[in-house]
Amino acid sequence: MSDYISHDHEHDGIDRRGFLKCMAWAGTGVLWTVSGGVLASKTLAEIAKAGTPLPATDLSFLQISDSHIGFSKEANKDVTATFKIALDRINAMPTPPSFLIHTGDITQLSKPEEFDTFDEVLKSCRTKDVFYVPGEHDVLNDGGKLYRERYLKRVEAKGSGWYSFNKNGVHFIGLVNVLDLQAGGLGQLGDEQLEWLEADVKGLGADTPVVVFAHIPLWTVYPQWGWGTSDSERALGYLKRFGSVTVLNGHIHQVLQKIEGNVTFHTAMSTAFPQPSPGTAPSPGPMKVPAEKLRSLLGLTNVEYKQGKTALAIIDSNLS
Amino acid sequence: MTTLISRIRITALLCSISFSSLSALAGETKDAGGGGAMENRIEIKDFAFNPQTLKVKSGEKITWVNRDEEPHTVVSVEKQFKKSSALDTDQEFTITAGAPGTYTYFCSVHPKMTGTIVVEK
Repeated sequence: MSDYISHDHEHDGIDRRGFLKCMAWAGTGVLWTVSGGVLASKTLAEIAKAGTPLPATDLSFLQISDSHIGFSKEANKDVTATFKIALDRINAMPTPPSFLIHTGDITQLSKPEEFDTFDEVLKSCRTKDVFYVPGEHDVLNDGGKLYRERYLKRVEAKGSGWYSFNKNGVHFIGLVNVLDLQAGGLGQLGDEQLEWLEADVKGLGADTPVVVFAHIPLWTVYPQWGWGTSDSERALGYLKRFGSVTVLNGHIHQVLQKIEGNVTFHTAMSTAFPQPSPGTAPSPGPMKVPAEKLRSLLGLTNVEYKQGKTALAIIDSNLS
Repeated sequence: MTTLISRIRITALLCSISFSSLSALAGETKDAGGGGAMENRIEIKDFAFNPQTLKVKSGEKITWVNRDEEPHTVVSVEKQFKKSSALDTDQEFTITAGAPGTYTYFCSVHPKMTGTIVVEK
């Protein structure tokens, strides 16, 4: 399970290629730190490997995504193992994150046994606090009933499962954009959720850092593949006045980032399998690639690692 | 208006609360096997229904088969026939064409995927 990573640990210091390879094979997470209202991200592998303690920050939390427990096809025949490796990485962090955010597609087919496996494996994680939003794979046949029963216990969820909470002065908003999708359309939040969102942020000061998380990107990544949310503009309109807004998504199984004014959009990698860069394949289905090709493909996702003094920020400056 | 008639084998009982315009349900979800000789087949591949538009005669069977590694569904836009459950790789879903007309459908997991069935007399 963790052999690959352990072996890797004993080798050279992390370099970009090696790191990308690790990410690709092992699945990964992104650690977000909040300091002075500005979010910076740091890769898990980097933290674990360098052995550097986290800088003094107000808050740190971790995003994982798209574990797809139950998937067993060519692109990754053992997604449970790679999910475990991702958790090992979290456990190896010198300073554990305050909590995790899972941005959806916990399972492949919304099966109870898939959720069971996920829950069982997650028990090994030192960090126990996890906040979820559903992916379309988690709500396949029951409109998300099972998902809601299992994963919303610690929040005051509304409607089909959206909610907000505060941690250390940061306002977190978990949104659902994978239900009641319309023919020909994209991800969707819907009027009820949008009205709730407007009211939810109304009383907040503009200097409150806001973190929004949802499965499907809340920006239009590639509509031809459904990689976007039809009414996300309205949601972002309610957040316009805030000085720091960070939008964390999954769904597309690759790191992409865009900064627009005070809003940083970021998509996380999957812990299960990669998907092609927008428009580079006939469909967005699981990407089957040999190990040696994998690195270069991930290298083409236009991710730049900009090293700061204390943090390795992930900023995709090439995404227009 | 009578419409396409569908039935999901496993959930036939559960789903027997039919839509107002539907009569008997007659479809099924199963793993792809031999396949009927004269069936009208729609292959789901690369996140698309092929053919995207299918003409059939009333009373004929229509079978979708998922050849992707992603789960897909078959859902009538106007709720004119029973929707399929999520079809995993190589699973099939069959309905029987009802009254003549044009029926649009989509995949509720990937709503960009749409298709049309034209039922002729």
